[in-house]
Amino acid sequence: MASEVLSILTADGRVSPSAVPDLDDGRLREMYRLMVLTRAFDDRGMNLQRQGRIGFYVPSRGEEGLQIGCAFALGKDDWIFPSYRIPGLAIARGASLETMLHQVYGTGRDACSGRQMPCHYSLRPQNFVSISSPIGTRIPQAVGAALAMRYRGERSIAIAFFGDGGTSSDGFHLGLNFGAVYDAPVVFFCQNNQWAISVPIEKQTRSETIAIKATAYGIPGVRVDGNDVLAVYAATKAAADRAREGLGPTLIEALTFRMGPHSSSDDPTRYRPKEKVAEWEKDDPLRRFQVFLARRKLWDEEFEKTCVEEAKEAISAAVTAVEKAPPPAPETMFEGVFETPPAELALQRDALIRLSASGQLTGRDDGYFPL
Amino acid sequence: MAVKTVLNAVNDALRTALRHDERVVILGEDVGKTGGVFRATDGLQAEFGEARVFDTPLAEGGIIGVAIGMALNGLKPVPEIQFLDFIYPAFDQIVNEAAKFRYRSGGEYPCPLVIRSPAGGGIKGGHYHSQSSEAYFAHTPGLKVVMPSTPHDVKGLLLASIEDPDPVLFLEPKRIYHKKFTEEVPEGFYTVPIGKARTHREGDDVTLVAWGAMVHVCLEAAEKASERGVSCEVLDLRTIVPLDVESVLAAAKKTGRVVIVHEAPRTAGFGAEISAIIAERAIEWMEAPIARVAGFDTPFPYTLEHVYLPDAGRVLAAIDHVMGY
Ligand SMILES: Cc1ncc(C[n+]2csc(CCOP(=O)(O)OP(=O)(O)O)c2C)c(N)n1
Ligand SMILES: [Mg+2]
Repeated sequence: MASEVLSILTADGRVSPSAVPDLDDGRLREMYRLMVLTRAFDDRGMNLQRQGRIGFYVPSRGEEGLQIGCAFALGKDDWIFPSYRIPGLAIARGASLETMLHQVYGTGRDACSGRQMPCHYSLRPQNFVSISSPIGTRIPQAVGAALAMRYRGERSIAIAFFGDGGTSSDGFHLGLNFGAVYDAPVVFFCQNNQWAISVPIEKQTRSETIAIKATAYGIPGVRVDGNDVLAVYAATKAAADRAREGLGPTLIEALTFRMGPHSSSDDPTRYRPKEKVAEWEKDDPLRRFQVFLARRKLWDEEFEKTCVEEAKEAISAAVTAVEKAPPPAPETMFEGVFETPPAELALQRDALIRLSASGQLTGRDDGYFPL
Repeated sequence: MAVKTVLNAVNDALRTALRHDERVVILGEDVGKTGGVFRATDGLQAEFGEARVFDTPLAEGGIIGVAIGMALNGLKPVPEIQFLDFIYPAFDQIVNEAAKFRYRSGGEYPCPLVIRSPAGGGIKGGHYHSQSSEAYFAHTPGLKVVMPSTPHDVKGLLLASIEDPDPVLFLEPKRIYHKKFTEEVPEGFYTVPIGKARTHREGDDVTLVAWGAMVHVCLEAAEKASERGVSCEVLDLRTIVPLDVESVLAAAKKTGRVVIVHEAPRTAGFGAEISAIIAERAIEWMEAPIARVAGFDTPFPYTLEHVYLPDAGRVLAAIDHVMGY
């Protein structure tokens, strides 16, 4: 049924053993460590923005469980069509903190030379496809990437991430319909965090759930507790397996909550009551998992301290390294528009370099992002 | 009269229109309770209620499609597209529908709506919060395109757009939303005519033609040029379609030297149209080739935004070029 919510972790950590996915103790602890690292990375990102060291940041606070649950359910060769709110998934797939931070700072050592806003990663080694801001565009693209995999007889799949707001976009409907028509090996993953900037889910859709929308396209839709890392793991693994077996797409609706602002520029106190946030804070995905691990003697204060301190140290070391990197040189702006720059573009580049060398440029780097 | 920012002027115009004409409604993402991500619609839902100022689902094609239906049937919708960069899902509705309704129905179904959208760079928004894509829309017969540069003109032109019987794309240069560019703005209802350029500065040697935020870059360049003894005229188009051809030609003939400045990429930017019109109708007055200073033919960058955007230095270099010809 599209309205039931798959949940494994309970508030008191008592879990029926048969429900627990087949993950050994080491993997379970690693999941927790990565959730802590994700939160620390986001907290630092927001701080760096507050201190004026970076221009903008998108926090994923509250959504760590679904990111790490997915990370463990997916294979190395699977392709991720990410949302801007899953840095932890990139880190869990092996992206280094320095790589991530070069992007956030937009340094000259960023893989795309600081061309994109912070949090718009592109990580080919992790099969983490370049993020764009327009909502929904990536959903049909994931279908296409999945069809390419099937065409070559590969066992990998593609997965697209998007928010509750994203389910209103054209891309959502195109993606689900095309994916279903072709039985594409693809998973559609909705991070239903209840808000699209200031617009609550009730104003986004009249459907009783997001999962139920799958029914109209003729594919299964499942709801999962998005703050339950194990439930997300199980649901994503099941959907991915199904896709790998050639049985077609699944829509997963992960119920979660955007605990922070939409971005570093947003002030959620303008539009949502504090009590609602407090309610969800009780359901913190880290705490839920912690209680479970503690019962199994896989978590104690000592482990917590190690996770937190190691995360902070690793992030600080990466920040220090990245802050030493120079900004991209002006000529890098002209690279990569096409594989081979057209002659006219080369002329534009050369003219700019001449002006820059003669000290005639007066543009000031004083842009400030208000959203 | 009160001193206002461009953003306050937008808000003032919308409030004035909502009071002035009960057919006016505002719709868009986040325009309701939170008053828009830039606060352009701040306080409007509280004052006029949810029936007139309301949030939409996240789908620009839906926003414009619905607004078109309202416009066909007697309302005056003023939909907001949160950033011009996100207008493309509505491109079909705008280009194939709103712009052609009057023509294809022999005037039976005019489509008076005003699509407001923050446009252009200068806020460190990277590829997707910076584009200045007025040229795509200027290429669409049946659609007016307005892009003012001062609080006074913003209010007057927004009110004129809402009064207009045809669809208008109203572009707000978000880089100058805030304090730097305040100006006295009259209280209450007034309009500034669509299709009329404005001379911000008189000059004899070189004519600078711009619109939106680039007008201020031109004014800065003109000031610097005057220190070198070069006198510049600065013409602000204010409206791109319909273009005030008469004013463009007069300003071009007056100095015989023209520099056109826009943020959008150079190739097929609207500067090309202006250049062509001057070449076609005033070439014999020209003392030098027409020059363009524009964004580069690359996507809009993040870190190097201040290098990408035309600045006074680049405009001055072009002024030197046409003066030295
Ligand atoms: C096509 C498009 N329209 C508008 C925006 C501006 N915008 C950025 S994020 C956002 C809300 C997205 O909400 P949701 O899909 O629920 O994802 P969340 O931010 O909650 O993770 C909006 C309206 C955009 N990025 N793309
Ligand atoms: Mg959301």
